[in-house]
Amino acid sequence: MAVPGSKSKPYVKDGIIVGVATGIFAIGFGVLAVSSDLSVAQTMVMSLLVFTGASQFAAVGVIASGGSPATAIGSALLLGARNGFYAITMSRYISGSVWKRGLAAQLTIDESTALGTSQDDPEDIANAFWVGGVSVFVCWNVGTLIGALGGQAIGDPNALGLDAAFPAGFISLTAGALRTRAGRIAAASGFTIALVAVPFTRAGVPILLAAGGAVVALALVRPTVAVGPAHPQDDGPGPS
Amino acid sequence: MSWGAILMIAAGAYFFKAAGTFGLGRYLQNPTMLAIGTLLPPALLAALVAVQTFSTGNALVIDARAAGVIAGGIAVWLRAPFWVVVLIAAAVTATIRQLT
Repeated sequence: MAVPGSKSKPYVKDGIIVGVATGIFAIGFGVLAVSSDLSVAQTMVMSLLVFTGASQFAAVGVIASGGSPATAIGSALLLGARNGFYAITMSRYISGSVWKRGLAAQLTIDESTALGTSQDDPEDIANAFWVGGVSVFVCWNVGTLIGALGGQAIGDPNALGLDAAFPAGFISLTAGALRTRAGRIAAASGFTIALVAVPFTRAGVPILLAAGGAVVALALVRPTVAVGPAHPQDDGPGPS
Repeated sequence: MSWGAILMIAAGAYFFKAAGTFGLGRYLQNPTMLAIGTLLPPALLAALVAVQTFSTGNALVIDARAAGVIAGGIAVWLRAPFWVVVLIAAAVTATIRQLT
């Protein structure tokens, strides 16, 4: 956890700013989840326990478009895999009991990893990770609750254009990846594969097939891989 | 969505995080796996955009959603924050539905 005196460190401010940004983003998740027939309790359990934005949005999105639970789970887990790579990186700097490291694992997402790895000193890396992770966790869940409660008051979601808000939000989530060539190829391939598959497969399956887009991009471009998003400011908000 | 599905997603999401934290995923730490992990999100999210914008069931369609999503895409390109993107997409689609 943050050491005494760390209040003066710039990463504390960064962590709080990133947290607030993700909180606003989480309001969107809350609204979209309850408009896709999740209860407020289910929506909250997702943000508390899943706590990785892209997976949460994908699962809810697949369900909203009529997909089966299996395809929703599959899409969510494919999106959550990269947190494992972040965790490998962060495990070099996070020490302590099994419980403490188990908690660190839950907080390992794009934002906390990016905030941590933006530091140079090993102790600063750990502290920036913890400050950012806790800040995002708190804001993400408060935002989800606000969105879920507010979303219940909305009558017909489609009359408000919420069905277009979903995919537009996904574009926002990919904004960071779209700034790399490999990311653009992966996105274009996934987009095309999904559209071609729609007439021939059951709902949700086109999303899983689109995972092949990542392989296409890998075959065409050898991406330069960093341990996390280069800078939190460069990326779309939300634990994506 | 069932509680079972939600808890499975939660368990799976935590499994990946913990595997990295506790060293179980170390054998996956090669450049190819890392690159695939990085490239899966844009591929899958773009697929969600395609399906939710241009399909209804098994039919490919262009309707009011397309206009809203394209407007949202332009907003992303102009580096608008998430909530602005979502608001623009919803407003454009809702307005077109009102007018037609």
